Amino acid sequence: MDTQATQLRPSRADARGTVSTFGTALPFLALLIVGIAFPLFGGGYWGVIATRACVYWVLVSGLNLVVGFAGQIAIGWVALLTLGAYTTSVLAAGNVMPALPPYLALAIAAVVGAFFGLIIGLPALRLRTFYFAITTLGFATIVTQVALAWQSVTGGGVGVAGPVFPEPFSSQWGFYYFCFGLAAICTWMTANIAASRFGRALTAIRDAEVAAEASGIAKPALLGTVFLFSGAVAAVAGGLFASLQSYITPDAFTLDLSVLFFIAILIGGRSSIFGPLLGTILLTVLPEFAAPLVAWSTFLYAVLLLVIVLVIPGGIAELLDFKNRRPLESERAIIPRPDLIERLLGAAPDAGALTLEQVALSFGGVQAIDGLDLEIRPGRVHGLIGPNGSGKTTTLNVISGYYAPQRGAVRLNGAAMPVLARHRRAHMRIARTFQTPRIVGSASVLQNVMIGGTIDGACTFVESLLSLPRHRRDEAMLRDTAMLALAAVGLERLASVRADRLQHSELRFTEIARALMLRPSFLLLDEPAAGLSVDEIARLSGLLLAIARAGTGVLLVEHHPDLIFDICHYVTVLNLGRTLAAGTPAEIRSHREVVNAYLGG
Amino acid sequence: MVESIVSTGLAIGCIYALIAITYNVMFSASRVFSFTAGTLGMAGGVLGSLFIARMGMPVAVGFLLALAGGAVLGIVTEVVAVRPVLKSLDQHLYVLSTLALALMVQQFTAIEWSTEPQPFPRLFDIARGGFDQQFWLPMLACAVVIVGLELLYRHTLIGHAFLAIAEDNYAARALGLPERRLRMASFALAGVIGALAGFAGGEMLLAFFANAPMLTFYGFVPVALGGMGNNRGAVVAGLLLGLFQQTANFLVGGIFASVAVFTVFIIVLLARPEGLAGSGLRRHV
Repeated sequence: MDTQATQLRPSRADARGTVSTFGTALPFLALLIVGIAFPLFGGGYWGVIATRACVYWVLVSGLNLVVGFAGQIAIGWVALLTLGAYTTSVLAAGNVMPALPPYLALAIAAVVGAFFGLIIGLPALRLRTFYFAITTLGFATIVTQVALAWQSVTGGGVGVAGPVFPEPFSSQWGFYYFCFGLAAICTWMTANIAASRFGRALTAIRDAEVAAEASGIAKPALLGTVFLFSGAVAAVAGGLFASLQSYITPDAFTLDLSVLFFIAILIGGRSSIFGPLLGTILLTVLPEFAAPLVAWSTFLYAVLLLVIVLVIPGGIAELLDFKNRRPLESERAIIPRPDLIERLLGAAPDAGALTLEQVALSFGGVQAIDGLDLEIRPGRVHGLIGPNGSGKTTTLNVISGYYAPQRGAVRLNGAAMPVLARHRRAHMRIARTFQTPRIVGSASVLQNVMIGGTIDGACTFVESLLSLPRHRRDEAMLRDTAMLALAAVGLERLASVRADRLQHSELRFTEIARALMLRPSFLLLDEPAAGLSVDEIARLSGLLLAIARAGTGVLLVEHHPDLIFDICHYVTVLNLGRTLAAGTPAEIRSHREVVNAYLGG
Repeated sequence: MVESIVSTGLAIGCIYALIAITYNVMFSASRVFSFTAGTLGMAGGVLGSLFIARMGMPVAVGFLLALAGGAVLGIVTEVVAVRPVLKSLDQHLYVLSTLALALMVQQFTAIEWSTEPQPFPRLFDIARGGFDQQFWLPMLACAVVIVGLELLYRHTLIGHAFLAIAEDNYAARALGLPERRLRMASFALAGVIGALAGFAGGEMLLAFFANAPMLTFYGFVPVALGGMGNNRGAVVAGLLLGLFQQTANFLVGGIFASVAVFTVFIIVLLARPEGLAGSGLRRHV
């Protein structure tokens, strides 16, 4: 059985990998050829337009990671274009110090851009969406005002000459190829990120932040890195923009440009590289066909923005996603393979026990948990039951670090766990699922499961950016493990399907597969059987027992008495935040108070 | 000099506070911050100038029509940019839809009205004095709105309904409150308050399309610092903002004053994301 699966699985995953790589690379290759051959058919003016599209794309490619992947509504990104344009121009012109070679000026601009990208981005870590949107907008206004006021450096309203890149990039087509080359590199780099654990982690932050935290994704570090990258390429785009314009004034950097960049991404669709690329080309070319409407261009962009948001929030990428419009099999059953669990989880390190000692927590006047003791041991299924409001989920949330207990301690193998460091739980091999499945709906089931293994990747952001060997090894490893996890929970046939097309019960098993990617010492399950059919509950039981047999300690919060009494080794009954009873299922079943308060009859 | 800083600062601060209240009234009804808040203020100034200075209407008529225009714009915001995206509040599409609408109104004004600031008429034919009408009008408007809202919320049935919706949307609907109509009414009210801000501050800010983004930003600062939905906090923070900005204006000059305001805003927000007066406990799971 086991060997058969070994032979089956990797070959299938490989085939899928090759097909999808080729399929997704095809449109990019087509654009690459058109781009290289463009000077053969394009006239002089179209050359300017094509160069402009390349420059815009250099910026949009980076912004796409911020907006399209991480879902941070950074509206005022034009500020970084402005910064990059002025830094490059001023340094190359020698306004403040001896003139530098344009390439060096461009490189310094990239560093400045990265720094300010981080500064603009920082509020995203603390603030709500609208606050962040408005601070980026405020920043854009400020940068333009400073450019206007700081006359000795920026030339104020009169402006400053843009840099001229030396041969062979000084001619029109030479400069075009320079920009085109950079645009191609940016496309390649961001596509690498999109297909890496970093790209998946960004979408998880966007669509399922709590699941991202539970998978050990550290939002500040990841978003910070992305802001650095995005700021750097935006500033490079600024330097190119200044050279293309040959002369820049603050007027050139209106908010309209920001809106344009933003719409390009939205038209293109979230979590896509090709969509926003098409969007950028479209929006750069479109105004050339509508010369009489130039005065109304911003108005029309705004109309476009409204229409996209209201009519096609998924953008082009979703419209072009034919594969996911094919109907799924309607009669499909989840058949887990508990026999695969042992291979997936491997030999569990002895993690000791996870213990709660006299933990208490109240919200306002409500005592949610009041002096709770709990010991979850490896290799056992520990049931936590009780009426609604008895503190079950709160207990899970204390263990996961969402709440700091006001009294008492949570210990792992005797050592107190750090309070409130939620993403650290994954590093301690504590995994969990949620009462309402937290899934990235627009990603495939396989990608969702791979998110669970994020912390096991070894490569750095830069290695992924450049698709170095370690990145490819990580990806192959994560894909194989994820396929194995999917096979174990019985969903491998749905691996390539968009997760938001799954049924509720399938989402529950997907979450379990994602949690198993951590090879958890402890697995916390929040009502995994809710909404499952009787058959599915039976299969879930087998799966959970296999997980416990492999050495994982399972904490099972449930309402289904059958499931609890069938598989738990030990049961704790909560009432009003206190332990009402604790013992083996047989003891609990005959406990008079429990029967009265909870089980009934 | 100090006198001028104080009177200008307080007057501008009152305008910011009114825009902040505009944000809050819309937020209470829908849990949505709308980029059109500043646009409403801009519209109040432009419509006032259009009706009174350009079309020669009596001040009272122009005033009422400008407020009516604000109400219409508020309702349009609700119907076009808020209602369609309320279903998916967690995707934050409202940020984009209201931004799009704000830009549309702003660009339309720039093209059809003027890209240059236009004068706003003097409302009362009295001689300019030290404490001129351009200073006390915004203060009066602010006082009227605060007292009016307080009376509305405390003593009228519709005010109680507004509060119920702000407190718990679902429960209010379950009680049979016409949630949709009340939301539209709230947006109309917000429109009136926003337009009043622009109208009362017209002489200071002039009738200028670019006031829209300016007010959108500076009007949001008191919301963020005073705690969202908290009108009293907004007024205090608005007045402080106005004074701070005018002082900085005097000390370091206009452009660096806005840099100063922005920096303080960011630092305070990063230190206390829930605002100076707010408290926040968020439920994650």
